[in-house]
Amino acid sequence: MSEDPVVKTVNPVKIYQNGDVPVPAVRGVDLQVEAGEFVAVMGPSGSGKSTLVHMLGGLDQRTSGEIWISGKRADTLSESKWALLRRRGVGFVFQFFNLIGNMTVADNVELPALLAGASPREARQRREFLLGELGLAARADDPPARLAGGEQQRVALARALAHEPSLLLADEPTGNLDTRNTRDVLRLLSQVHKKGQTIIMVTHDHRAASCADRVISLLDGQIVDDAPIPAARRGPRRNAGDVIELRG
Amino acid sequence: MHVIHSGNVTVNTQCDYAPVTEEMGVRLPLLALLAKEPAHGYELKQALEQTFGAAYPSPNIGQIYVTLGRLEKDGLIRAVAVEQSSRPNKKVYFLTQQGREALIAWADGPLEGPRLRDEFFMKLVLAPMTGIADRGALINRQTRHFLGLMRELHHLSETTSPDDRYAHLLIEGAMLHLQADLDWLERCREELT
Ligand SMILES: Nc1ncnc2c1ncn2[C@@H]1O[C@H](COP(=O)(O)OP(=O)(O)O)[C@@H](O)[C@H]1O
Ligand SMILES: [Mg+2]
Repeated sequence: MSEDPVVKTVNPVKIYQNGDVPVPAVRGVDLQVEAGEFVAVMGPSGSGKSTLVHMLGGLDQRTSGEIWISGKRADTLSESKWALLRRRGVGFVFQFFNLIGNMTVADNVELPALLAGASPREARQRREFLLGELGLAARADDPPARLAGGEQQRVALARALAHEPSLLLADEPTGNLDTRNTRDVLRLLSQVHKKGQTIIMVTHDHRAASCADRVISLLDGQIVDDAPIPAARRGPRRNAGDVIELRG
Repeated sequence: MHVIHSGNVTVNTQCDYAPVTEEMGVRLPLLALLAKEPAHGYELKQALEQTFGAAYPSPNIGQIYVTLGRLEKDGLIRAVAVEQSSRPNKKVYFLTQQGREALIAWADGPLEGPRLRDEFFMKLVLAPMTGIADRGALINRQTRHFLGLMRELHHLSETTSPDDRYAHLLIEGAMLHLQADLDWLERCREELT
């Protein structure tokens, strides 16, 4: 039995209009992501990374081309159908986190799980797990505004994972984080990935990208490389010296 | 070379780059230039200067002739004498099949860290001139290789006890070096492809 890819695009193009000037942001990025893959999207600023994942999540209309999510044509969906698709199957962490200001951190994270049909008890357990992994258990009862930027970003990640979506889209999820918080986020992503979570993560951080199985490099709205990351050699008792000595 | 030991983790903190060897500094550029077209010694010196500008110290003409002699002896190039009416014969050098293979082998292999900035740079500048490799492909291959190393460091970090703080700092240092090299590769791609 062959499963449908979680994401498949056919020559998607996005052209923004800047006054009179057309700005081609994505120029035919053919992409196929299978269930369980962890894909990093890299490339310099302005290369179209955000536009691509926005299109995959239905936040930006494509100019032309096709987008398929889990075997279903998505680019032709109405706003409300997209909203439904996201609620059921797609989680987002975007550069602007859009947490709900008058709800606590805990409620922000539980809401998507509840909307997707989880019981209050399941939603709470999932929330406790996610906030715990991200070092935010103590902030559960605070309003988002009382949290620092990096903390809000981690709450946004917890929220995106709350309903165990079949696809997680993350745009620079470690963008504003210091080393320690970056490590927590990457650890959580690796952990959910090991349990089968499909992830597409935009990042300019090669350390974050190396957690993925596959890296897609964009330049000027086009793919310039798409390749698996060579697997780590897992010999007995490898240590840092072995790795660094390789460079000598 | 400095080596720091911390628990069972050893990190070589060497960050001074390997000196430019004759192999890298003169032989390979000469082979690459000859892959483009046959040339005599003085033309090669001029082509080296034109190609690298201030980025690389050009060897003097004596060094170039010595190296050409060695390359010839090794069978990587051969020379023919071209008659000139008013002057002594001029030697024109050309690449042998063996020389082309040596060049391709050099262009194809990924490089480890510390020599990156000199040797990879040479590849980036020379390889497309010779038509044996494409810059985008070179950058992709090197990037993948480094991402693989980065992944190893990640794995190492995960399997190193959280209490071993020095080890973690060393691993992090190695990651930051690698990150800088990867960022630089991305810049090369933006500028050169
Ligand atoms: N809403 C918009 N209107 C006009 N141009 C845009 C808009 N959003 C992005 N762009 C342009 O599209 C290109 C790609 O942007 P983006 O996808 O944000 O790149 P990245 O995330 O890789 O930095 C850039 O040139 C950017 O200026
Ligand atoms: Mg962006």
